[in-house]
Amino acid sequence: MSAVGGVTAPGAAAPGAAAPRLAALHAEWTKLRTLPGTFALLVAVAALTIAVSAATAAAYDCRAGAGCLAAATGADPAKISLTGLDVGQVLVAVLAVLAVGGEYGTGMIRVTFTAMPRRLFVLTSKAAVVTGLTLASSLVAVLGSVLAGRLLLPARGLSAANGYTLLSLADGADLRATLGSVLYLTLIALLALGVTAAVRDSGVAIGIVLGLLFLFPILAAFVPGRTLARHLEQASPLIAGQYIEATTGLRSLPLTPWQGLGVLALWAAGALLIGGLVLRLRDA
Amino acid sequence: MTAIAPYRCAARRANDGFGRLLHAEWTKFRTVRGWVVAILLAPLLIVAVAFLQRSECGIGNPLPNGTTFNSACPASPIGPGGEAVTDSFYFAHQAVSGNGSITARITSLTGVYPAHGGHMAAAANPLAGYQPGVQPWAKAGIMISASTAQGSAYAAMLVTGTHGTRMQWDYTGDAAGRPGAASATAPRWLRITRSGDTVLGYDSPDGTHWTLVKTVSVPGLPATAQVGLFTTSPSYQVIKTSFGGSSGTGGQTLATGRFDNVRVAWAGAGTTWTGTSVGAQGTGPAGVRSGPPGPDPFKGKFTQAAGAYTVSGAGDIAPDVPEAADGNGMSAQNALIGTVVGLIAVIIVAALFMTAEYRRGLVRLTFAASPRRGRVLAAKAVVIGLVTFVAGLAGAVIALPLGIRQLRDGGNYVLPMSALTEARMLAGVAAVLAVAAVLALALGTLARRGVTAVTVVIVVIFLPFLLGTLQGLLPLGAQEWLLRLTPAAAFAVIQVVPAYHQVLAPYSAANGYFPLSWWAGFGVLCLWAAGALTAAAYLLRRRDV
Repeated sequence: MSAVGGVTAPGAAAPGAAAPRLAALHAEWTKLRTLPGTFALLVAVAALTIAVSAATAAAYDCRAGAGCLAAATGADPAKISLTGLDVGQVLVAVLAVLAVGGEYGTGMIRVTFTAMPRRLFVLTSKAAVVTGLTLASSLVAVLGSVLAGRLLLPARGLSAANGYTLLSLADGADLRATLGSVLYLTLIALLALGVTAAVRDSGVAIGIVLGLLFLFPILAAFVPGRTLARHLEQASPLIAGQYIEATTGLRSLPLTPWQGLGVLALWAAGALLIGGLVLRLRDA
Repeated sequence: MTAIAPYRCAARRANDGFGRLLHAEWTKFRTVRGWVVAILLAPLLIVAVAFLQRSECGIGNPLPNGTTFNSACPASPIGPGGEAVTDSFYFAHQAVSGNGSITARITSLTGVYPAHGGHMAAAANPLAGYQPGVQPWAKAGIMISASTAQGSAYAAMLVTGTHGTRMQWDYTGDAAGRPGAASATAPRWLRITRSGDTVLGYDSPDGTHWTLVKTVSVPGLPATAQVGLFTTSPSYQVIKTSFGGSSGTGGQTLATGRFDNVRVAWAGAGTTWTGTSVGAQGTGPAGVRSGPPGPDPFKGKFTQAAGAYTVSGAGDIAPDVPEAADGNGMSAQNALIGTVVGLIAVIIVAALFMTAEYRRGLVRLTFAASPRRGRVLAAKAVVIGLVTFVAGLAGAVIALPLGIRQLRDGGNYVLPMSALTEARMLAGVAAVLAVAAVLALALGTLARRGVTAVTVVIVVIFLPFLLGTLQGLLPLGAQEWLLRLTPAAAFAVIQVVPAYHQVLAPYSAANGYFPLSWWAGFGVLCLWAAGALTAAAYLLRRRDV
């Protein structure tokens, strides 16, 4: 290829034409990688999640007395250590929204679809790239949070002396909570991706995603009827999804941890489905 | 050479007035279908959440004796100020007319409470499982009351379990006197003097040196009033303030006060005392006796021997507050909690109202047409503020009566409130939404980009409310600070019943108690809006479009 054109002779294979999937993936990776905010956001996801988790663990204070025993407080070391996810998920959603919505904001989307007319390839490639980046960032965020909890909590009263089991990745429930939380953040990203593909505007999309996440907890808390509140909790992507963080009191949860994460997965799948359909059927 | 007249614009001067600018911004707003739909959605969401307030009071509450309590929750008596009150105590009294004074010495205030919460154990000994211990706000003292009916106007000087000597009147009034508990070695002398509608309360350590605690006006006292000795003891409540929030468990308690040196200096005063158990003590779940049949110690009693009097009683003389052990009402503020839901729609629209100009490049045209950028911002703020106010008011006006009806249909007792409180709640909801919209507009101006703006407004305005009110997300202290410092403080405008320090209850935002009063909370939001608006106006002028 000369520096002049980039025009390929007819018949010669365009780069990646044999593997359009790979080419689309590479294109999306390049676009996301070269956005100025992407890596700042990824770092912020990890840093803020760990900071909020550590601050929450440090704020816990119930060191001595019968009221501080594990049976009395019902406190869950894993859940406390993973509080930062509440903030981390916002940034993850922003990242995913920008991956799609940024193109609509600048009109780049028309170029993208001209170059890659198979729009679902574009969406799946975006999903794959965002998934990969979110997985990496959330793994750091979650492992850092768990480590902070492991180091801080015993001194604040969640100690073996008070009857708590210390956080450990060798423990089945703790490992499930840790890996599940990474999946949780990733599913939030996919949910945001699907919503943005459907509404085509970053501002509206992030509003819908955050509304979807935060409205259910408010409603469930302030609806006085217990049955209705329980159903709202079961349907909430945030509440049900975060059941995956729980390691104690699993019997009192309306769903098992994996079922809860499944609820979030259903929301994400639904959003991606609608986003994909809209993308395919509608004008860009 | 002929002089060329300089060009003068033919347009009339009035065309660049603020009214034109408002009209332009209003046109921009109303012609975006999505925004209009979202703003109309806000009142609908407020009403929808009020509709969800249906809950059955008491149904399904199993009682210790094996039955299930499933009748409607009873209403509370109404105090002289129009507020719902708890009014149960044992009163040894006599009728007196005109002005005079009553003096008594209290030598002890003791009590019993259930060791592990719950109710009476067995018919043979109703107090089995109880252990000695006086409640912090158990009360014994002297009182002048309009009558023995619940909710009567009164004034009292009393000794409490751990809060020293107090003067209390008309349920909500409370003034501190001498600290410390009453005992045989350190008895407390109390005196009440009536002069028309004015009642003066005194206390003394020795019966000779008297200190005026407070002069209060009790307009509800008739010419002939009841004066005498009383004792009461509020239900025991363990308020767990663990990480997971606060919750209360407990049971009935009983207190006993011992009096001597009782002197009634009133025309027509006698030496015969009538004992009355005022109100239905032992509220259990909403006034239903949960114990087995038999003698009921919680009705209280009164004995008199050689100038010494013993009065024991249970209950409380205090305002009825939601979530308190002796309270049985629900606050109407639950009907307006949908404001938070409507808020999301409002702040997103308000943020986009500014960022959309940047996204489409319209902002260059806007500022070309109206170079004074601060005025554009002001016009936008007025338009979005007014639109939101009207939408919010419409939602609140429908939601409040609807939510109250839903609560009542479920058998709940909804605490009464004055028309003034109601008006403050409705206007407050509309004003909070309007000022929050202005704050969101200013933040949108600062951010310029839709996704950043919406994220910021949700994190700054909405998230603190979520983190501050939901149980178990943060420690209680952190939650209170969030609701003092962030715009979420403004949701105090919907709070009906204030927190009373003389009533023990799990006072937390999750139970509807905000750390700031409604006007202070609203002020915090206004400060945020003013600060953000100032910063936005400054940056608009300073930076390129």
